[in-house]
Amino acid sequence: MITRRKLLVLLPAAAAAWEYVMAGTPESALGYNRDQHWWGMLLNIDKCIGCGSCVRACANENDVPEGYFRTWMERYHVSDWHQEVPQVDSPNGGKNGFPPSEAQGGKNFFVPKMCNHCVDSPCTQVCPVGATFHTPDSVVLVDESYCLGCRYCIQACPYGCRFLHPISRTAQKCSLCYHRITRGLTTACCENCPTGARQLADLKNPDDPIHEFLKTHSVQVLKPHLATGAKAFYYDLDGSVR
Amino acid sequence: MSKFKDAGHLVRLAIAFAVVFLVFLLIRAHFIPKSFGQYGHYRGNALVELSSKPISYAGHQACEDCHGDVVSMKTAGKHTGVNCEACHGALAKHVENPASVTPQLPDTALLCLPCHEANIAKPKNFPQVVSAEHSGGAVCKSCHQPHSPLLQPGETQS
Repeated sequence: MITRRKLLVLLPAAAAAWEYVMAGTPESALGYNRDQHWWGMLLNIDKCIGCGSCVRACANENDVPEGYFRTWMERYHVSDWHQEVPQVDSPNGGKNGFPPSEAQGGKNFFVPKMCNHCVDSPCTQVCPVGATFHTPDSVVLVDESYCLGCRYCIQACPYGCRFLHPISRTAQKCSLCYHRITRGLTTACCENCPTGARQLADLKNPDDPIHEFLKTHSVQVLKPHLATGAKAFYYDLDGSVR
Repeated sequence: MSKFKDAGHLVRLAIAFAVVFLVFLLIRAHFIPKSFGQYGHYRGNALVELSSKPISYAGHQACEDCHGDVVSMKTAGKHTGVNCEACHGALAKHVENPASVTPQLPDTALLCLPCHEANIAKPKNFPQVVSAEHSGGAVCKSCHQPHSPLLQPGETQS
């Protein structure tokens, strides 16, 4: 039987306990519902001019240390007779563009590379402490305050998208500009791509032009045989790209 | 058969195990962040922390709210798809307080070439020049207006 006296004691106790329970509950960002988004990116090789704007913008937006890259550019030269072994160069990640090609003939093109934000990502599966994870809106992120710097994820990523920050000694990677996309902006690389070769895609948004593009074009992901659920969709991707 | 006379040992052992287990539970509760496991095997608060980082690039929408004159010039030209900050740099601070940061005018001698210097790997339909042969040393801006760069027939200077 709850008497008035007991109730008076219990109420503040319950309030204090509830405060304790709720203390760690994150408040969701204003007007952003994580369940209504599923992020990916469209990379159109047919439009990429190798200017390096994306690499510079990414470094600027995310304080990427010099010599490390969250996104980078590769220049491919595929010879006429040996397609399986392309020559690839990426001077300073393509951050300052590319010098004129020495190669003549063959097939030549640029490939922008970045985290593929895999749905079944090998990197998140190997993290021993839960410092890297796949979010409800399908972005792979690193919790820097929780990362031990064990480098497991760096080895696990089949796309080479991760590095150990030289000062914080924690794993870093493309966050798909999570601080921008949750505010309704596009990523820094997409914002600064002068030809529209990169386009942020929200696969859960029926009005996103990505759906029309995916229906009418043949796109490919990198290393599809690994079944990582990569969401960096490449249009006009040559079979020699690894 | 008499009662197992050393049963007291087992009781003490069980109490010791219980105490160790309790201490383990307390330490675990202390060290695991409250939001851990909210969405999955990670700290739920990390999502909020990561999404609350400040931005550097304001986005072209913010630029267009004030600089409508440039937008109308760009829309008519070939550079309509090139967003402002791709050339003018990160200007979120300028959007917050226009007086605090004044955008620098980019040097077109350096600005244009990463995109338009000829390279065999660039798409064939993209306008490219060999800068040394194209302008004879003149900076791009002396002929091309960067916001609408295509020269009209018969036009040599903007």
